[in-house]
Parts: sequence; structure tokens; C-alpha cells
Amino acid sequence: MVESVIERITRGHFWDFHGGIHPPEQKFLTSNKPIKQLALPKQLIIPLQQHIGREGDLLVTIGEHVLKGQALTLSTNPMVVPVHAPTSGTISDIKMSVIAHPSGLNQLCIFLDVDGEDAWRKRNVCYDIEQLSNHEIIEKIADAGIAGMGGAGFPTHIKVNSKPDINFLIINGAECEPYITADDLLMMEQSNAIVDGIKILDKLLNPAFILIAIEDNKPKAIKALQQATTSIEKIKVCVVPTKYPTGGEKQLIQILTGQEVTSGQLPIHAGIVMQNVATCFAINEAVRHDIPLIRRVVTVTGQALNKPQNVWALLGTPINFLLEQCSVQNIENEKQPVIMGGPMMGFSVSSELVPIVKTSNCILVPSKVEMPSAFEKESKEVECIRCGQCSDVCPSQLLPQELQWSAKAKDHAQLKKLNLSDCIDCGACAYVCPSQIPLVHYYRIAKAEIREQQQLDLKAEKAKIRFEARKLRLEKEKIARQEKHKKAAAARKAAMNKATPEATGAKSAVAAALARVKAKKASKDQAQTNVPDPQGDLPTDSADDQKSQVSAAIARAKAKKKLKEEAVNKLSLDSGIVSTKSEVEADKVAPTEQPTVDDKKAKIAAAIAKAKAKKLSKSAESSNTVQAPENMVSEKIASSDDKKAKIAAAVAKAKAKKKLKEATSFANNDQDSV
Amino acid sequence: MAFWIASSPHNHNHTKTPNLMRLVMYATLPGVIAQWYFFGWGNLIHIGLAMATALICEFTVLSLRKKPISHELFDGSALLTALLIGICLPALAPWWISVIGTMFAIVIVKQLYGGLGHNPFNPAMAGYVVLLVSFPLQMTLWQPPLTLVAVDLNFTNTLTTILTGFTVEGYSVEQVRTSIDGFTMATPLDTLKTNTGLGLTVLESIKNPVFGDNFALGWEWVNAGFLLGGLFLIAKKAIAWQTPISFLISLFICSFISYSLSPDSSASTMFHWFSGATMLGAFFILTDPVTGATSNKGRIIVGLLAGLLVYLIRTSGGFPDGVAFAILLCNMSAPLIDQYTRPRTYGHLKGDK
Repeated sequence: MVESVIERITRGHFWDFHGGIHPPEQKFLTSNKPIKQLALPKQLIIPLQQHIGREGDLLVTIGEHVLKGQALTLSTNPMVVPVHAPTSGTISDIKMSVIAHPSGLNQLCIFLDVDGEDAWRKRNVCYDIEQLSNHEIIEKIADAGIAGMGGAGFPTHIKVNSKPDINFLIINGAECEPYITADDLLMMEQSNAIVDGIKILDKLLNPAFILIAIEDNKPKAIKALQQATTSIEKIKVCVVPTKYPTGGEKQLIQILTGQEVTSGQLPIHAGIVMQNVATCFAINEAVRHDIPLIRRVVTVTGQALNKPQNVWALLGTPINFLLEQCSVQNIENEKQPVIMGGPMMGFSVSSELVPIVKTSNCILVPSKVEMPSAFEKESKEVECIRCGQCSDVCPSQLLPQELQWSAKAKDHAQLKKLNLSDCIDCGACAYVCPSQIPLVHYYRIAKAEIREQQQLDLKAEKAKIRFEARKLRLEKEKIARQEKHKKAAAARKAAMNKATPEATGAKSAVAAALARVKAKKASKDQAQTNVPDPQGDLPTDSADDQKSQVSAAIARAKAKKKLKEEAVNKLSLDSGIVSTKSEVEADKVAPTEQPTVDDKKAKIAAAIAKAKAKKLSKSAESSNTVQAPENMVSEKIASSDDKKAKIAAAVAKAKAKKKLKEATSFANNDQDSV
Repeated sequence: MAFWIASSPHNHNHTKTPNLMRLVMYATLPGVIAQWYFFGWGNLIHIGLAMATALICEFTVLSLRKKPISHELFDGSALLTALLIGICLPALAPWWISVIGTMFAIVIVKQLYGGLGHNPFNPAMAGYVVLLVSFPLQMTLWQPPLTLVAVDLNFTNTLTTILTGFTVEGYSVEQVRTSIDGFTMATPLDTLKTNTGLGLTVLESIKNPVFGDNFALGWEWVNAGFLLGGLFLIAKKAIAWQTPISFLISLFICSFISYSLSPDSSASTMFHWFSGATMLGAFFILTDPVTGATSNKGRIIVGLLAGLLVYLIRTSGGFPDGVAFAILLCNMSAPLIDQYTRPRTYGHLKGDK
């Protein structure tokens, strides 16, 4: 099969892909001028991530001086591609800044103040690649930070680190987008370096054939590469007809080999690897000259420029510097679109500070005459009349008009059925639409929505799995626990029923445990009763009378209660309850005293009670101080307790007085009756 | 400095729907001129009436629907519909025929279904069929070619006939249609149908002067004019070639089979091609993208189906011509045909939709 493909190619016969368009090429603006070397810009803005994948770890800090070619980030993962200092200078800042992205996204960028010396770091030049092992070459490619320079920016070292049995290595020099001539000029000027790069790829991949595809509108590039490859049998320069989007990976594979890349698969699955010519050049620079990817050819074009041309731009060069170099015509007079990439698939950038990155091949500044639709502020969209011109030009053979309806209706199931995911965003459908419907824009929105939905679904699915796993685990644990308990219970029962020495032992153990618990309780009670004793004993010494003893006992009991209450207070802090309680207690005391109707005794009792009350307040204070360590945390509590104790004492005093009065009046009555 | 943001692609080939509509209208010119040459001013007057009605109706409905009037009124779609209705009508039909037909086409068939791009049926053909079913008498007032008409049908005479039913001299439409021998003349298709119904052979029938020297006097040139216009549209890529070509082939095959089987009772293939509304239907009505199939395979199927239906209606249906009915039936089946003729997407296996 491979042979028949080569036969066809040598005869100059190619397959065709469905659809395609022929927009005005406008390549003459820049194709006849050599690539210009620019002066160094004052500042470079280097985004950490310039490719598909993730950003590397920062290796530099603000204020650090870096040399040309010095790595600024470190790759710790195959999907990470490092970035390098494009020239020597000082890192002035590392912050979020607007990057080359359709959304005008901000991303972490390194700001490099150029010192103008352009001093290189130490380089390891290696002219004989035969000395290097494949592994070493791939390492060099990875360290040089090379990512696909045709547009997608896929890390190159992954693409070249493939399995054997590669039928075709296709070098893409089609450059089908209108206006862009960066690859064209590179092929004209650096054909030998490109071929050297291709040889390195040949060593790595060892393909059966190498096909260099160039559209027939680049005769000079074709000639240059044909001359550079005459001695190599394996390499075929394929001159393919000019049609947009020939340069699309899938389309070019179809043109050259007649094969289609199965949906959802990569060309490598069909034994095909494709590399851009600029990537080949960068590989040669990296492997032979140890020059990391720090510059690229950028076509700065459009009729709004006085001097459209191709330039060697350092990565990180802000757009406004490039536009100055190409003499832009009064850009301020109105909303001027500046497009990064070609007119078909490029995106308009939001700021003049957007830097050139590894994938930027063109800066297009069209005039209103040449591209009026780029200036239109409102969409001129009218209803679709199903003319079907879009499906006639679709290279993926989709039905753009039906996709459009489903996209507007957010019918994701239908979009999937219509294979929206196979849309390559080439823009051919929107280009021909007579109703001026921005079809690609609708698809982009729909694709983003579907992606978001998928992520949500994935998340939900994961959460569901997690939840179910947890439920299962809990269920298992519960069963296990029940099982364990059951077993233990059964063992206990069995042991008890056996009436063996162990069983009685177990029984006695239970009894002993119960006894222990009881003993503990008793000792606790004792301890509680013991605490107030020393205080309560004092008044008994001064009282000789039985009654006074009784009252003293009562007072003691009161004191105890108070003490307890105080303890309660300290816990609950409810002064209301306490005060009422103490009153109740005072009331309780009164009736017990009434039967002891003796003047003197009553007086004595009253005096004792007073003394008790005084003592009580004192003891309350002392107990407070005793317990202070516990209450240290909150002094307020202590003071409030103090007050309460005083109040209680006052109340007790008042009660005692009342009783005294009652007692005297009672005595008087008694006397009268006598 | 902020730049103007737009979505890609930033370039456009500058085609516009109104331009497309205008191009189609220009392409009808050869046929319309032939019609004027052979049948007089009648159709031109009807075209004018229909266009005026269409603009008024479109304006009214668009303002009721609060649509951008300047944007949509002159997009050419309503005018094209009116033009096609005017071409289809019998030249001497009364004025309200074209007014009612256009009103129905624009207000009900087009706008009530959602306007341009949303109508399931071709407005011109639906309007025509409504007229044909509702006013069969007026819709059969086909006038023979001017060379066969005794009355001088100049512009004034035609205008007064359309407006009042009588010429300036007082001849009624019936009298205009009556030949010198006292027979009412009909279209060639109608004549053939009536005659074969009476047991006459085709050879005997075509001796009738309405057939002329070739297939159908006047009609053949009108059809040739529309064929020319249609080829121009195909060359301009304004219409897809699949539909008209498959339609004509289908009609050719059907008529060829029956003609070879029984030449006595069947008209020739070229008679089918160059009489009635064959070419108009093939290049100007079946190719209406809104109501047709969108995939190439679907377009071919629609064309083949329409050819078969036209033939069946012409030979065994109740009406002499069947283009309008055939097209409406195809409009109905187009979405289904589209559903089953989706092209295979790049990278997918056949049948893997």
C-alpha cells in the first residue's frame, strides 16, 4: 500500500479532500521580501505556557540577571515544555499578563528587561548527530522547549518519541492560510537547515518515507527544498494543489496518502507523524547548535501596514513592537482588528501587549477595504436558507446548517450525532455562508458547553462512585460490627452457662466490679459530707444548750446547703434560682425554731444564727478563694458568688431577726395567758 | 490600546442572501420574455400585482412580528415568491387570483411558519395549489398563444380583461379563448389529457393547433427560456445541479418507458420536458433550498421523486399538470430524505453516524 502511495506521488497524483475554499491568498504582500532581523525590543513578556499542556516550575526570581538561552522554567512532566530567555537581561517582574488567547486571558508571564548585550549562556554545539543516541536527541528537543509551531503547539518530544513502524513522516509546508508566508520564507532561506532537522527526525522515527508537502503557490520554496533533498531518496517533495484547508493535519494526510484518520484517533495510529517545517528548523537548531526555541518567523501583514514583511521575532516580543517595525497606518482612528494567525483561523487579540509565542505565525492588520467583515460591529446574520453551501465546502463533510440549528437549540445529543467533535474550526462554512451566520462561533460555544457538561458529568460520576463506595463500606463495617458483637455475646453466654471455675470467676468478677462501684460511690459521699465539717464544727463548741445545738445543727445544715448551692452556682450561674432557694431554706428554718419557745434560748439561737450567717458569708468567701483555682478563668463568677453569699447572709440575718420578734411576741402572749 | 475583537473567520466571500435572490430573479428573464412574446402582457401584469401584494403583506406581517423591516423586506425572497406566482398563473385570470394567491403564500405559508428559512413548503407553489383547488374555473383560463387568438390582446385589452373580465371591445375571456372554429382552446397538456380520455391517439391529438410544429406552441419556448436561465444559475453556482438534473432525468425515463411501451397513448419525452411548468419547476422551484433537501444525495432523491410524481399526475391524475403538487409532496418528504442521506463524516465509517 505504501508503495502504491509513493507511486502515485511520484506521478504527481494526489487524493482530494471534500470541500475546501479558495479565499484571496494575499501572500504577495510579504512573500517577496527576505525575513528581517529586528532590533532588540526593550522588554519581553514571556508567558510560562506557550503550548498545549501545563506550565513548568519557575527557575528564576525577580531581579535575577539571565543570559540568552537560559531556561526560565523547569519541566517536571512530559506535557511541560520549558521556556527560555530569548536574550540576556534582568527579570523585572513575574506577574499575570494578557496572553495570546482568543479570550484575552491573563496568565503568569516573566517580564524581561533587555540589557542589549544579547549574551549567550554556555552552549554545547554538536555537529555530528551520529554521536548522539536517540534518547539524548529527544532530551535535547525537550530541553529546548520545542512545541509544534504550526499552530496547535503540541510538545514535539512526545510526538517524536514514538513507536516503530512509521510509514510516513509528513513535513507540513502547505501553509494554506491566506496572508501567511512565514513557512514559505523559512523554506526559501533555510532549506538546508530544515532538511538537517528532517534528518534528525528520520533518525528518531525511521519512517518508510518522508513526504514534504508544499502548496503549488510557493514555487521558490518548492525549488529550494527540491534542491536540498536531491541526494536523499527517502524524501519526496509533494507539490499539492492550493486549496484551503490543505494544511490541516487530517486533510493533508488524506491528500497525500488517501487515508483518513479515524475519528478520535491520532495519525500515529495509522503510522503517520506530521511535523511543521518550522518545527524541523527548530529541532535542527536545538540538537546541532544547542539553541533553544527562543525566536520564530512571524508574518506581519495586512493592508493597514505600510511595510508588511516577515520578521525574526524573539518569543515574548509584544505585538506593538512588531507593528511599529512595520509602520502601521493610524491604528487609533477606529476599532482596528489585529489578528494573530491567519484570516480564517486566527483570533483577534485584545491588547497591544500580547506577546509572540511559540505558535504565533502571523500578525494580520487588515484594512477596512480588504476585510470589511472583520470590522463589523454587529453581526449581519440573517436566517439560514439551507442553501447547503456550507456543507459543500466542509472538509470534514459535516452538515454545518444542521449543526447550527442544534447549536442554537443547545441540543447536545443531536450535535454529537452530527459529529460536532469532528469539526476542525477551519471556518470554510462561515466564509461561504450567504446569510453571514458566524457558524464557527456557534460551534465553539457549543463545544465549550459540551466540554463543561462532560466535566460536570465526570465529576458527578466520580462523586456517585465515591458515595456508593462509602455506603458499601459503612454497610460492611456495620455487618462486621454486628457479627463481632453477636460472637462476643454468644461467647459470654456460653461461658456463663458452663458453670466452670472460669464462669464463677466471671460472675464473681461482675459482683466484685459492682461492689467496687458501690464502694466508690460511698467514698465519694463521705468525701462530700466531710468537706464542710470543719466549718460546721466551730459553732457547736460555743453552744451548750440543746436547742442551740439543734439550731446550730440546722445552721450547719444550711451552711452545707449553701456550700452545695455555691458549687451549683459556679456551674449554672443562675442567681435567680439561688436567691429563691436560699429564701426557701430560710423559711424552712423558721418553723423548726418555733417550737423552741424560750426567750433566752431564742435570743441565743438568734445570736448564733447571726454568727452563723456571718460565718457563712465568710465561708462562702473562703470557699470562693479555695475554689478560685478552678474559677480563675472567670473572676466575674467569683465576685458574683461573693455577692450572692452576702445576700444570702443578709437574708439569713433578717430571718433570724424576724424569728426573734416572733419568739418574743409568742413569749409575751404566753405570759399573758399565764 | 484595545483592539476590535471578532470571531474567526475574519474573511468572507461577500455573498449575501439578497444578492442570491436577485440573481435568481434575473435568471427568470429569458422565460418571462418568451412568455410575454407568446402569451402577451397577462403574466407581466400578474407579476406586478403579485409583487405589490407581496411587499404589502410582508411589510404588514414583519411589523406585526416586530422584525427589522428594512433588513428583511428587501431581502428579495418575497419578491421572488411573487414573481414565481405571477409566472405560473393563467395570463387572463382575474386580478384577485394573484392577490389572494400571493397573500396566502406570504402571510400563511411563509411568515406564519416563521419567515424566511423556516417555511416547510415552497410559498409560491402552496399559493398556486390553493388557487387551483379553490378557484378551478379561474385557474383554467389558460389563454392560447397570441398567434391563435382572434382578438387583439394588446396591453390595454389584457389589463381590462384581468381587471373586469372583458376586453375593451367587450369580448369575454371565454370568447378570447375560443378558436375560429368555435372550440375552446386549452393548454397542450390539457388538450392531450382530454383527447386521450376521449380515445384519441397522441398523433391525432397533436394535430390540434395548440401543439404547433414542435411539441407545444409557445410553451416550448417558455420552457427553453427557463432552461437557459436555470443553466445560468448552475453555472453561477447559485443552485445545486443535482435537483434539476435528476428531476429531468427522472421525468425523461418515466415518459420514455411509457412512450416505448405504448406510443399511441403516451406523449413524447420532449413533450414532457418542454410543456407545462417542467423547466420552471426544475430550475426555479425545486431548487428552493429552504424547502428542499440539503445533502447532495438527498437532492438527487428529491429530484427523482419529483420527476416520477409529475409524470404520474400528468398521466393518471386529475390535473393536466402536476409540477406544483409534486413539489409540495417533495417538500413534505425532504426532511425525512435529509435524515437518511447524511454524508459520511471524515474519519467515520459508513453507517457510523
